[in-house]
Amino acid sequence: MKYDILIAGVGGQGVVLASRLLALAAMKAGFHVSTAETIGMSQREGSVSSHIRIGDKISGSLIPVGQADLLLGLEPAETVRNLPFLREGGKVIVNTHTIPPASRPPGSPEYDLSALLSFLNAHCPGILCSDFTELAEEEGTYRAANVAMLGAAAGAGVLPFSEETLKAVLNAEIPEKYRAVNKASFEHAMKCIRLISDA
Amino acid sequence: MGNEAIALGAIEAGVQVVTGYPGTPSTEALETIIRYANRCGIYTEWSNNEKVALETSVGAAYSGAKALVTMKQVGLNVASDPLMSLSYIGVKGALVLLVADDPGPHSSQTEQDTRAFGHFANIPVLDPATPQEAYELTKLAFELSHEFEIPVILRTTTRVSHSCGDVEVTALEPAAVEVSCEGFVKDRRWTIFPRLTAERHPWLENVQVQLSECFSGLSCNSVSGSGKIGIIASGVSALYAKEAVRGFEELFTLFRVGTVYPFPEKAALSFLKEIDRLIVVEELDPYLEEQVLQLIGKAHLPVDVYGKKNGFFPVSGEYNVDIVIDGINGVLADLGENSCLPHASPAVLREELPPLPIRAPTLCAGCMHRTVFYAFKQAAKQLKKDSQADTIFSGDIGCYTLGNAHPLNMVDTCLCMGAGMSIAGGLFRTNPEAKHVAFIGDSTFFHSGIPAVINAVYNGADVTLAVLDNRTTAMTGHQPHPGIGVTALGSASKAIDIADVVRSCGVEFVRTVDIESLENNPENNPENNLENSLENSLEKCVEAAKEAMKFEGPSVIVFKGKCVGITKPSKCYTIEPENCTGCGFCVIQLGCPALTLPAEEDKPFIQDNCSGCGLCAQVCSSGAIRIQEVGL
Repeated sequence: MKYDILIAGVGGQGVVLASRLLALAAMKAGFHVSTAETIGMSQREGSVSSHIRIGDKISGSLIPVGQADLLLGLEPAETVRNLPFLREGGKVIVNTHTIPPASRPPGSPEYDLSALLSFLNAHCPGILCSDFTELAEEEGTYRAANVAMLGAAAGAGVLPFSEETLKAVLNAEIPEKYRAVNKASFEHAMKCIRLISDA
Repeated sequence: MGNEAIALGAIEAGVQVVTGYPGTPSTEALETIIRYANRCGIYTEWSNNEKVALETSVGAAYSGAKALVTMKQVGLNVASDPLMSLSYIGVKGALVLLVADDPGPHSSQTEQDTRAFGHFANIPVLDPATPQEAYELTKLAFELSHEFEIPVILRTTTRVSHSCGDVEVTALEPAAVEVSCEGFVKDRRWTIFPRLTAERHPWLENVQVQLSECFSGLSCNSVSGSGKIGIIASGVSALYAKEAVRGFEELFTLFRVGTVYPFPEKAALSFLKEIDRLIVVEELDPYLEEQVLQLIGKAHLPVDVYGKKNGFFPVSGEYNVDIVIDGINGVLADLGENSCLPHASPAVLREELPPLPIRAPTLCAGCMHRTVFYAFKQAAKQLKKDSQADTIFSGDIGCYTLGNAHPLNMVDTCLCMGAGMSIAGGLFRTNPEAKHVAFIGDSTFFHSGIPAVINAVYNGADVTLAVLDNRTTAMTGHQPHPGIGVTALGSASKAIDIADVVRSCGVEFVRTVDIESLENNPENNPENNLENSLENSLEKCVEAAKEAMKFEGPSVIVFKGKCVGITKPSKCYTIEPENCTGCGFCVIQLGCPALTLPAEEDKPFIQDNCSGCGLCAQVCSSGAIRIQEVGL
């Protein structure tokens, strides 16, 4: 068994936390796991990604091009940027909430959300899109969008471990102060994705 | 995480003293030790630089204690002076250096290779591939250091140090460390002197031979497979190679090297005798390649070597499975083999992607550095108008290196920790008509910034130093430093005042500008109004900057503020659309991540991540940016 997950986003969105939660859940489910994270300078509002490799064998932590089974995109442009890692037929869940870059250096293309979304729709059959930032904001804070997306992945039934396993990890790892809002965002996203998937 | 595994390995090995200076990707090792320090009885400190950290651990090891020093690869350059001498002297307890390399690089100035440094310094180097191996090799490093009385380097890379994974440990909760330190015993062996060095040099060379012998018998150097094409690899590259040849294992024999220096020649020879050709898979320097080329020459073996030196593998940058597949396929084609290792087929090829906005790292929303950079930009503009003088800005290493980014463009030079003011001094000698400003952070000031201040005073350099004091080591994750008044273990210590330090160095122009209290204290202005006081804060920074730049001789301004990464915002701002003219000045000039002007809108707005510095409100000429909420 091997299952590779890539989480893409912008520094500050909680990509590292999301990948650690998935890694812990995978370990709890009895798999080997290996992650690669973006820590340091590039974290400051830059493009960040986490690779999570789950399976029976121990591998290097970077997912090869075309091998990710699941791409969780916390931001549309960053999702598109990481699409080459996705395997043919791999699953994509994307947060449609944009984070335009803080500055536009000379030569940087315009941020064109509708073009990016139609590209994603054209190339990723079965893609699931929602504004998870807004959804988390409704539950109390936009910062819980990362955990909301984990709820979405659980709701879509695309994780190699049970929803309960992931919830147990959330309970154990998220400090009590933030637990309720994260749990609510997780549940809300899970229900929301089930509705979309069934439709 | 790999760094946590190293910490647990060190505790299990009985480490008693741990010192280090933060540096990505090494930082979390010492941070993990801090978590267990009191419980396990381990003295742990953030030293003010890597040289001091190493020397402190050396003192502990001379006394028979087991010590660990942590740093990133460029930190080893700072610590290299004591290290080069220490190899002759040796140690008594044990001394292990964790040195984390950063192929890419992701967060570093260089792509240097610590394996080669170990070779240069005659210090053994272990090179793990996974967090599990990092844990095991840490324990081995302590054993070797104790047995051979020599410091040992545990070298990791970003993908080992910053990889999380399952690690099997002996004890989940580390036990208290057994105190086994006999204390310092006076002996001439601890005092380096030309005669002692001459005596010790043959010992040092002999240890290298003994270690190479010992390493050849260790299981962390392993051979797998029986194909006629050999692959030699160390660190995480070995895993990439293993994955790259999956399905074609019968063609290859893989030799994984865990103890890279001294090179395990015996083990390598028996591997080389069974193969026809050799592929070398390694990031950074062609270190293993040089070792095997030498060995093949020495043993007159008929083995062709394919690596970086003959162009089959990239000479720089971080590797991954795809790069290794391409390299091996190049070799297979050269050999006339029919086999070709396949790449996976992606859903979308990189070439098919639509144009994507560039997203470079940038200063956080509300970062005090942005205010200071912007103030100096204005001051330099005004001085240029008044006196035609250009200003050259020298940067340093830390978050504020990001002042180089568009649109601030406020870093004209940046070289290494503490170099800003000395470089500015050299620029002054050759460009005396220009103004010279250097920026340095608080932690970097204590690390290696002080000697340049002394030199500027001593030799009379007309340079302005702006200390960006946000009261933390921000870039590496907010470690304390000598200016904070707290140690790594959380106990109170004397907070060293930067302004006092530069004054005592003889700087005559010293100002402190407290940005935070200017931002938040209505009493700073006659009308007792928070918004008016804010308007003053940028102005006060600009005035101080101009005054310092006009001063003849070295001048220092200490800008005090908060790091938004560890403080809660006290207020946030909003743009009132009815007053906003849509000029976009705030967005274009400041590059603040909280400000955005989407293509489809004609007026900018402020996002949730505003942390209330108020800089945008101060630059808006139509007064459209107002405090939205106080006391968040």
